[in-house]
Amino acid sequence: MGGGLKNLLLVVALSCISVQVCGAGSNYPLMRMDPDLDDKASLQRGMQTFMNYCFGCHSLQYQRYNRTARDLGIPEELMLKHLIFDPDVRIGSLMENSISEENAKQWFGAVPPDLTLVARLRGGRDINNRPDWLYTFLLTFYEDTSRPLGVNNLVFENVGMPHPLVNLQGLQQKVCKDVPQLAENGGEMRNPLTNEYITENLCGSDLIARGISPLQVVEGTGQLTPEEYEVLVYDLTNFLYYVAEPIRADRERIGIYVLIFLAILYVFTRLLAREYHKEYH
Amino acid sequence: MATMQKSLQNVMNWVDERLPVTETYEKHLSKYYAPKNFNIWYIFGVLSVFVLVLQLVTGIWLTMNYIPAGDRAFASVEFIMRDVEFGWMLRYMHSTGASAFFVVVYLHMFRGLIYGSYKKPRELIWILGMLIYLALMAEGFFGYLLPWGNMSYWGAQVIVSLVGAVPFWGEDLAIWVRGDFNMSEVALNRFFALHVVLVPLALIVLVFLHILALHEVGSNNPDGIDVKATVDHEGKPLDTVPFHPYYTIGHDLPAIVLFLFVFCAVMFFYPDGGGYLIEHPNFEPADPLKTPELIAPVWYYTPFYSMLRACTYPLFGMTAKFWGLVVMAGAIAILFVLPWLDRSPVKSIRYKGKASKVFLTLFVISFFILGYLGTVHPTPMKTALAQLCTGIYFAFFLLMPWYTSVETTKPVPTRVPD
Repeated sequence: MGGGLKNLLLVVALSCISVQVCGAGSNYPLMRMDPDLDDKASLQRGMQTFMNYCFGCHSLQYQRYNRTARDLGIPEELMLKHLIFDPDVRIGSLMENSISEENAKQWFGAVPPDLTLVARLRGGRDINNRPDWLYTFLLTFYEDTSRPLGVNNLVFENVGMPHPLVNLQGLQQKVCKDVPQLAENGGEMRNPLTNEYITENLCGSDLIARGISPLQVVEGTGQLTPEEYEVLVYDLTNFLYYVAEPIRADRERIGIYVLIFLAILYVFTRLLAREYHKEYH
Repeated sequence: MATMQKSLQNVMNWVDERLPVTETYEKHLSKYYAPKNFNIWYIFGVLSVFVLVLQLVTGIWLTMNYIPAGDRAFASVEFIMRDVEFGWMLRYMHSTGASAFFVVVYLHMFRGLIYGSYKKPRELIWILGMLIYLALMAEGFFGYLLPWGNMSYWGAQVIVSLVGAVPFWGEDLAIWVRGDFNMSEVALNRFFALHVVLVPLALIVLVFLHILALHEVGSNNPDGIDVKATVDHEGKPLDTVPFHPYYTIGHDLPAIVLFLFVFCAVMFFYPDGGGYLIEHPNFEPADPLKTPELIAPVWYYTPFYSMLRACTYPLFGMTAKFWGLVVMAGAIAILFVLPWLDRSPVKSIRYKGKASKVFLTLFVISFFILGYLGTVHPTPMKTALAQLCTGIYFAFFLLMPWYTSVETTKPVPTRVPD
């Protein structure tokens, strides 16, 4: 009995990545992702993941290699050696040397979209344009044999791409989970004698409604633990957030100085204005 | 020092004999007498001119790197955002400036509305102002296509297709406007020409005439008192002060700095304004095969867009879309005749009766509700609400001759109260 409870709590803990309600496109509640442009290590890891797993198909055609190297604090030689796989590409080039359009059309039936601005296209309406959508998207691929590429996605239904990170994350499947029953007052029900949870078996949207992911990784299919994979996706999302608006950190930094300057200027113009008022009253 | 002053004076005299520089300076600035009871509402005219200049200057610099070509326009905007030194700042100034322009112009118009600044003898100022507003709407519309994002494309597609609702010639007219069967590079090029040459020129000329007409009859004031009626022995109106330097430095300069503070706060920290200033679907290039989930115009057009969508019944053999177009055009056209709809003996809302105040309040509330409704998906309930608000919008104007002439007004003092 005790073992059952332990298993149950483990399932809940592993699958319950704090989910909050705010839909975009599909109704799946997005997970919160607070990007951090000051975390250079995270951005560098994110770029590494992008160049190795995404760049084959998705270009960043408005962004330049050397700009990225400078902003992320990567020496140009290192970037040329480890992150630029095409020997014909120069450091000042745009990052557009992914799959050719012809090949893409032949292999996938469509050209994979350029991702330079995807974090802004899918960004939140909040002041930080939080990339919650992108983050949740990358975490919610699952097995769906009815789809041509064998996978589907919870936030982007019938997405036309494979799950490129499946070897890292492992294959997720839609599962039903035993979760504590809720009482009418919203509390979790327990057996009054044994004090153990009274559970019910929920699936799909019922689980989502309870804030629990309906997905579970098939054991042994992924190289990373769920926690490690979440960090990887965080870094990748953080990198795409940077690429969508590389000036963002600078703009906010300059903005502070501009506002301070204007605040001081306001005081002086106000004092000057007062002198003119005196003259006419 | 004295000789230098004298030679400077000689130069001025030489110029003045050939070009009335001193006379113009005095007429429009140092001896333009403005009522001394201006309040906060009176800064939005100056701010409109300020934002106009801001848009012209940033626009010129953006043009230096922008490419109006179907396959390069979107990339050239990203080039400005990434590769041009401070290009991002110019672009955000211009995009934030567009919204700021409408904010200050709407507030400026509202000032005119509450203090009766459109009433005799200022009818022409109002009409010129309305022409500026029309030109500004055109300028915003043409400019919105230029980034060639997907919302640019579909927004223009929807608005241009409205022309197609005109009976008989509609479809031909739409093709003529677009220069193509669809929105394409042809439209992009002509919109670019209109946005950077024709409309700005028209705006500058209209603003010039607007100010010229204002300085001919003099400014109104919050009490709607005719300040020119009481003058001193030199003929200077008693309740006035010289526009320069009293208002320029004593009133407008700190206001401009305050405005810039708010403007920069948005521009540096929230340039897309949650999707209201720069809409998120505009972060992907125009795609004729991919319609955005929700096509909504930018916030400053949404009240009129709501009125357009509120028309859902075909009538007299004409489509609902046609009537939508008529209602939308009527909503703007009716503003032009406002000076002749107001029959009140007083100008300012301060001295008008209860009916005027109730109608004005309802009008403002409806305008805001319409503005909100234009940004969301229509539902039957929301459409009904839009119809009600459209009704109130028109009632405010159409019933004005009645309620302004029957209500009891308060007596207007002859002098500005201290």
